[in-house]
Amino acid sequence: MIETYVLTWMTFVPLVGALVILCLPSAAHGLIRATAVAATVPSLLLSVWLLGRFDPSNTAPQFVHRFGWIPSYNIEYFLGVDGISITMVALTALLSFLCMFASFGIEKAVKGYFALFLLLETGMMGTFLALDFFLFYVFWELMLLPMYFLIGIWGGPRREYAAIKFFLYTLLGSVLMLVALLYLYFTPDPHSFDMTRLGSLVADKIPLEVQIVLWIALFIGFAIKIPAFPFHTWLPDAHVEAPTAISVILAGVLLKMGTYGILRINYGILPAATLAPFGGASVAFWFLAALGTWNIIYGAFCAMAQRDLKKLVAYSSISHMGYVMLGMAAFTPQGINGAVLQMFNHGTITAMLFLLVGVIYDRAHHRDIEGFGGLASIMPLYTGVTGFAFFAAMGIPGLSAFISEVLVLLGAWRIYPVLTVIAASAVVLTAAYMLWALQRMYLGTPNPKYVATGWEIGRRELFTLAPLAVIVLVLGVYPLLILDLQSPSLIALAEKVVASAPQTTHLAGVAGGR
Amino acid sequence: MSTSESLRLFGPELVLGGALLLVIFVDLASAGRDRRGEWPATIAMIAAAATIVLSVGFPLLDWPGLAAQAARPTWLFDRMLVLDPFAVFFKTLLGLSLLAAVTMSLASREIGQSRNQGEYYTVLLGSTLGMFLMASASHLLMAYLALEFVSLTSYVLTGFLRHNRRSSEAALKYLIYGGVASGAMIFGMSWIYGLAGSMDYARIGAALATLPDGNRLALFLATVLVLTGFGYKIAAVPFHMWAPDVYTGAPLPVTTFLAVGSKAAGFAMLLRFFDFGVGPGGPIGGVVKVPLVELVAAVSAITMLLGNMAALSQTNVKRLLAYSSIAHAGYALLGVAVFAERGVAAVLLYLAVYYVMNLGAFWVALLVVNETGREDLDAFRGLAWRGGAVASVTLAVFLFSLAGLPPLAGFIGKLYVFAAGIQGKLYWLVVWGALNSVVSLYYYARIVKLMFLDQPTADDRPVRFPAADLGAVTVLSVLTIYLGVRFEWLYQTAVAASRLFKG
Repeated sequence: MIETYVLTWMTFVPLVGALVILCLPSAAHGLIRATAVAATVPSLLLSVWLLGRFDPSNTAPQFVHRFGWIPSYNIEYFLGVDGISITMVALTALLSFLCMFASFGIEKAVKGYFALFLLLETGMMGTFLALDFFLFYVFWELMLLPMYFLIGIWGGPRREYAAIKFFLYTLLGSVLMLVALLYLYFTPDPHSFDMTRLGSLVADKIPLEVQIVLWIALFIGFAIKIPAFPFHTWLPDAHVEAPTAISVILAGVLLKMGTYGILRINYGILPAATLAPFGGASVAFWFLAALGTWNIIYGAFCAMAQRDLKKLVAYSSISHMGYVMLGMAAFTPQGINGAVLQMFNHGTITAMLFLLVGVIYDRAHHRDIEGFGGLASIMPLYTGVTGFAFFAAMGIPGLSAFISEVLVLLGAWRIYPVLTVIAASAVVLTAAYMLWALQRMYLGTPNPKYVATGWEIGRRELFTLAPLAVIVLVLGVYPLLILDLQSPSLIALAEKVVASAPQTTHLAGVAGGR
Repeated sequence: MSTSESLRLFGPELVLGGALLLVIFVDLASAGRDRRGEWPATIAMIAAAATIVLSVGFPLLDWPGLAAQAARPTWLFDRMLVLDPFAVFFKTLLGLSLLAAVTMSLASREIGQSRNQGEYYTVLLGSTLGMFLMASASHLLMAYLALEFVSLTSYVLTGFLRHNRRSSEAALKYLIYGGVASGAMIFGMSWIYGLAGSMDYARIGAALATLPDGNRLALFLATVLVLTGFGYKIAAVPFHMWAPDVYTGAPLPVTTFLAVGSKAAGFAMLLRFFDFGVGPGGPIGGVVKVPLVELVAAVSAITMLLGNMAALSQTNVKRLLAYSSIAHAGYALLGVAVFAERGVAAVLLYLAVYYVMNLGAFWVALLVVNETGREDLDAFRGLAWRGGAVASVTLAVFLFSLAGLPPLAGFIGKLYVFAAGIQGKLYWLVVWGALNSVVSLYYYARIVKLMFLDQPTADDRPVRFPAADLGAVTVLSVLTIYLGVRFEWLYQTAVAASRLFKG
């Protein structure tokens, strides 16, 4: 019984919570916050249960809940979880839960804030769980509205600009996805939105050139979300203006939807186009590997130039998502596993970073890196946690990002040696901007303004950070916890893409040599 | 079918005609004592409800309605009109438009302050009657007369606020544009009559099937000329110039009636004309004599683009909604350009969905205009924070639905139209339409931004809206969400209505 409905509950319990909150009196802030937290708990507990019961060796969707939604158009309500999505689902549930606590500082229109936040969680869960393309699209778009309002109403000074920019960029991507979706839907007879079968249904019905066009249309939709250069410009604006918890969700979960979408849809439905020859190499080379490497370098240099700590973290996200793109373009077991592990690790680490930025912003009301100095002597505990998070982001051995970045580089080495060398050397850049920021903010002589403030990180703030820190530490030592869950599904996916490559490319050796 | 037999199947039109006469009598009898126009409004509302019941039937009373009879489609009045599911679909939609216009008129201050309530409802009923005829005309002469009837009454409705200069100016512009467009149209019709030797749609279709190749240019020109008239009625570019002025100048209930009802009637006529006569879906049987697909697709593309681009910079809410409704005519034309039954079904679905969301948007605009006395967008500033939370949320639903975001009804409308376009291999136009909806989001979101994201300034007084109106817009917004999730039945209805009777 629970097997059938677990995913539906995980998706819609937050929505029920949102409706309950709408019925509460607006002034009862405590009650609203408690309800919001309570509404995220079932999804979190169920996701833990899911992790325990999930059978990694089975690459087919599990815990499927499926019935006809619009029979005449063959649109289904079809939720399921497999190795590609399971870690993302857990990440969504965890970050949503923690972010509710991080949102307790919100004082303006509390009711609306938490109701929209819970609606957002429903959208995120649904996006990762939907296996019907139409349903996926509906959830994908459903996230836009709450995000627009959450940035636009509760954000910083330039929130309106940031909100509409986010909205327009994402919508531009999703309408291209919609057109590609309709084309794919109408190709097989009977028409189908079933993402698990669509790939095999359309494989020999669409000419390769058209497949490449569809691939690129879908890719643009997802690249905007990742965000990949040159579609990234909404991200710094959105991050800087968004309230802390929303930044966490944005970087922790929403960015992953871009790479998740490429894995699920571009790879899953159009595997032949993924490795089709394109511009002297393959589609995956140009759009994922080369662009991903450029993302790494470009994001790192931009981060280095920032004076605003939040903007620095935002650009570091662009840089770190580049590793995901590079890793998934390699189609080696290490590469694709490293990529998805990096998605999870970046989700936890960047969440920590944004929460920590929020801590100092709540106190100083600015985020100017140059405006602090010597915070270590004022807020030793805070500095300790920040140092931990910064080191995690740098990819220090023993912490989780190290494993995923090394896996990505190992996996990509055999396929794209030049790009891998470039990507690996960017680690130095990451260390540079991270350490430099650390040095300017936390070391040296304290800014006299802040010496006698008696600031320190609060208990609630520590509570939101601690679980993430534990995860970062545990996965740094024992990454198999995650790798075991995702590996069979991901390797099957990579093999499928390599097997359907239209001709012997340089990747063919990988399939043979495995 | 003979006249007496036809009359039995002419119920909704007879009701409208009877109500029209009744309003004149009541108005004369009350001789100006009934200032608020309660009687005429009540009669018009009952008439609207009766036409809907007569069209769709009333299961409780075991009354099958025209819908049941239309299952066996037939000609009426010696092939002047046709009764088929398509006509019944539009009669229902137009009856609903009348109902909405009357309800909004009762809520409107502009109309409420007028002394000529009786006249207003008389003309409104007359206009609806004309639209009913437009939806079922199957003869060039009937179609032209119906169109002219609607146009003339629309001019009067637009200029109803006699002492308002903008209202009068709009009416005059409407009249001039309308005169030119209908002149071009009847000129084109005369050519078609010359080419086909008949004014009956079905016979035109049969005659054109054997048209010598040498006459193709003449047929093309005639089609373009007729399209001018239709384009004017649905406010498609480049025949849209009247719309912004008329929508701004006319009282808001009239604007809504024109944007929803008149546009739907125009589409009904256009679809029937092309399906019967010169369209590739007509009896010509796939022999495309004129590059119609390209022509309609081009009109659709520029209508979307211009409507959206012009809407971007508007500061008057009526004008913004006017340009938005031009853009929406462009999306619906995408479905027309497919020239197949699934395209027709998509257009019907689109119009039904458009009715719900556009009506809602206009209604909230009416409330704000009533309350603040202003039509500029700044009247919406901080609306959510100064007592207009319900109105703001519902308007946000309507606007996002107009922009085509799921899970709202407008997305479903666009989805089916785009799907029809993909199946009709009009890929470039679908991509174009999709990109245009991104543009449209910008100006819809601008109003949402004003309502929610901006804080009210000292000049923005708190607002209070009548509970009845808030109830109405809430129902419409719930319907907008409902249709975004449960649209199967509506699509099936549209599919059933898309099979036009060809004799």
